[in-house]
Amino acid sequence: MSNLLQFSISETLSLLEKKEFSTQELVETYINAIEKTKDLNMYLTTCFDQALEKAKISDQNYLNGNQRFLEGIPLGVKDMFCTKGIETTASSKILKKFIPTYESTVTQNLWKEGAINLGKLSCDEFAMGSSNETAAKGEVINPWNFEEKRTPGGSSGGSAAAVAAKAALAATGTDTGGSIRQPAAFCGVVGLKPTYGRCSRWGIVAFASSLDQAGPITRNVSDAALMLQVMSSYDPKDSTSSNKDVPNFYNDLGKSIKGIKIGIPEEYNSDGISSDILNAKDMTINFLKENGAEIIPVKLPLTKYSLPVYYIVAPAEASSNLARYDGVRYGARIDGNSLDEMYENTRNLGFGDEVKRRIMIGTYVLSSGYYDAYYLKAQKVRRLIKNEFTEIFKQVDYLVTPTTPTTAFKLGSTQDLLTMYLNDVFTVPASLAGIPGISLPIKLDKNKLPVGIQILGKDFDEQGLLNVAKVIESCASFKDTPNGAAS
Amino acid sequence: MTNADQNSNYISGKTSDWEIVIGLEIHAQVLSSSKLFSGASTEFGKDPNHNVSLVDAAMPGMLPVINQTCIKQAIKSGIALNAEINKYSVFDRKNYFYADLPQGYQISQYKYPIVGEGSLKITDVNGEDKIIGIERIHLEQDAGKSLHDQHPSKSFIDLNRTGVALMEIVSKPDLRSPEEAASYVKKIRTVLRYIETCDGNMEQGSLRADCNVSVRKPNGDLGTRCEIKNLNSIKFISQAIQYEAERQVEILENGGVIDQETRLFDTSTGETRSMRSKEDAHDYRYFPDPDLLPLELSDSQISKIRSEMPELPDQLVERLISEYGITKYDANVIAEEKEYVQYYENSAKNRDGKLVVNWMTSELFGLLKKNNIQFNQNPISPNYLNELVELIENKTISGKIAKDLFEIMFATSKSPKMIVKEKGLEQVTDDSAIEVFVDQVINENKEKVKEYLSGKDKLFGFFVGQVMKVSQGKANPGLVNKILKSKLK
Repeated sequence: MSNLLQFSISETLSLLEKKEFSTQELVETYINAIEKTKDLNMYLTTCFDQALEKAKISDQNYLNGNQRFLEGIPLGVKDMFCTKGIETTASSKILKKFIPTYESTVTQNLWKEGAINLGKLSCDEFAMGSSNETAAKGEVINPWNFEEKRTPGGSSGGSAAAVAAKAALAATGTDTGGSIRQPAAFCGVVGLKPTYGRCSRWGIVAFASSLDQAGPITRNVSDAALMLQVMSSYDPKDSTSSNKDVPNFYNDLGKSIKGIKIGIPEEYNSDGISSDILNAKDMTINFLKENGAEIIPVKLPLTKYSLPVYYIVAPAEASSNLARYDGVRYGARIDGNSLDEMYENTRNLGFGDEVKRRIMIGTYVLSSGYYDAYYLKAQKVRRLIKNEFTEIFKQVDYLVTPTTPTTAFKLGSTQDLLTMYLNDVFTVPASLAGIPGISLPIKLDKNKLPVGIQILGKDFDEQGLLNVAKVIESCASFKDTPNGAAS
Repeated sequence: MTNADQNSNYISGKTSDWEIVIGLEIHAQVLSSSKLFSGASTEFGKDPNHNVSLVDAAMPGMLPVINQTCIKQAIKSGIALNAEINKYSVFDRKNYFYADLPQGYQISQYKYPIVGEGSLKITDVNGEDKIIGIERIHLEQDAGKSLHDQHPSKSFIDLNRTGVALMEIVSKPDLRSPEEAASYVKKIRTVLRYIETCDGNMEQGSLRADCNVSVRKPNGDLGTRCEIKNLNSIKFISQAIQYEAERQVEILENGGVIDQETRLFDTSTGETRSMRSKEDAHDYRYFPDPDLLPLELSDSQISKIRSEMPELPDQLVERLISEYGITKYDANVIAEEKEYVQYYENSAKNRDGKLVVNWMTSELFGLLKKNNIQFNQNPISPNYLNELVELIENKTISGKIAKDLFEIMFATSKSPKMIVKEKGLEQVTDDSAIEVFVDQVINENKEKVKEYLSGKDKLFGFFVGQVMKVSQGKANPGLVNKILKSKLK
């Protein structure tokens, strides 16, 4: 068969079932693709031998008709997920050579259904960043106009780039303030952040516990449904995981959106927003109208507080979550003449600048005398933001916004941190509210870079989100491939 | 309470009397087979780092899950201390770095503890009841242990204790003397052991106390307090408080001021010394642990636990007094340990409760102490103490014989009835048999009889003693008296 890389998960599954090609051929093709796209710096660790072994088992299962839900699907895994026996670093020097003895619940769910791990994908260090530039092993290069060295976005930059570059059929990501949706938009792929609690956080390196949520990055909406279905589960080991039933997202796709109400929040706009992005939004509104949806302009006046709230809450939690990387039990240790000196040496050399910056911000906002003014106030505003979404979802079913204010910028071009943080301005509100969001590509901008649109929905309404996304996807008919992709 | 009584608690200084004000924070290890947020065992005495889960070692991506047993235990303890159970409580992170704190924070409860205000009745130095206020009880994780003496240049870490559930029971500053503090700790220990929420084993560290001590002019404004950390015996608690109060009095009387600080008690010298001052105090950056949802309890959950509560020591003391007619003092002694109560109630069945309590608290406790035997190794079963008292009550044996018999029982663990039979220790209650003994004594002591009859009444006791001796203690003393009196006319 000509090019196995072109198929989506659902297509691949049906071709494998028909024995058009074997899982071993498929995995070998992907291994080849990873080798060919090496310059994009996406994989931190690969596990090809193990993948080929698993492929043999998958082939056997197909032969016996015992194939599982994602039998033989080769995936990349963001390095935030602990993978048993495979180095897991969260893209940080401090976890260099850390090999977990356990597997995260989400990845375990995938392997149990027959998916195959190709390797670990780069991300911003501890998922802190929006450009993949804070990764210890260097930035990932966006496969779109790869010669221009643009950011894939972050923090799941490696995951989004690998899916776009066809170096993985799909990938896992984690989203704390937009870390799935923003890179998916920059790389022209689909990224879904589920409702907080839909996927277990057990075994995922923690950044900000009340915001972190795993989700899939895929080539299309159907694949996102397939992946989410397997990744989701109630996990008694995670007290914040939800015991709500996991619907059959894939089978229930394709419902008409006639009569549903779509809100367009006027606040999801900014000075620097490009006309291409505004145009993509208008195109999307038209697609929805053509399919019978009702478009309603809405107001979410608290949106402007989301970013400041996020940059208090997330660093506060991070400052505490990252205290365990102390050189005592695992990971890097740089000795010193006293315990305190060992801590200082280890954490000074082990953490990069952005991580240190956020630990300092977090420590500051939790300090006695500042707690009420910063952390406590931020939590109160966060609750108001959540309430604002709850209220708006009494009027409309979904919200449609741009995913990002710009398309992929050039690596190293953003020197100003505040500008960098502004990248998350459209994705952070949903993270604070815990509601699900999906980003999907609509078109290319004038620089031939993908533009993403975000759909937000009610708690645990990923199904509806996927349905709306599917309608938009078929209208947009986005078929372009980046020039940096393997073929 | 009169002023004179109160003064007995004061320290008399050069310039005036000083009153000690004490508040205690007791850390009680929750009786539970697994830790507060992980499934690792809490068994004591295992090899270092044997009882450690991935969660305890704070491996990346690990999450705490609340152990419901520990929650139930905290609720039980709260009910036993007449405290309000908070239906909403929150686990917070207390952040600080230490090598035996793998997470870099301790999960504790800060603003919203599981148990609110309560009270505990103690007995003060004058034997009077005194109510001590309880401020709160919260649940928290224990830390691990650093071992600094295993290697010349390295420290070792043992995480077995890491994450074990502790209840921190905070008293109000209602205690006024080292004795009251000791009495309070004893009572807390008794209550927790009763309801089986803490084994109270102070040597193994299951119960430790931080003491907040300040002094003031009687009924004046509160002074600056010092906190003495981590005392693990009732004796050390009393000693440390006494030393610390005297230290503060001396400073104040010499015109000094007390620095608010944390101090350590040196058990070898009996002194407290500064550990860190208020300025060096950590900023723990408490905030709600985002890995755990707030803990919400339902009324039915709480009332179910309430309905399953065992009898508490104070209720028991009342019952012992009314049911067995014993004194409050004796009832308190029995109520101190659950095993004493069981033993007492079994041995007092159908017997004179006062008699049984006397045998138990004086003779039995005395022999156990003398022979250095733990109560649970007690060689006399409650049935046999019951039999012994029965033998006394129905006059089968005399009081004197009973004491000897008791020692034999203690040494052999045999039934007293059996011993009495084997050794022929039955009391002689037959008038004619006693007359024989009396006659023998009168015959052998003719001179003394003359003296007695000429008015030396005191000699009567001598004759009684002689008759008892001749009868080998078996003669019924009442009958001996009666017969002697009639024959010595």
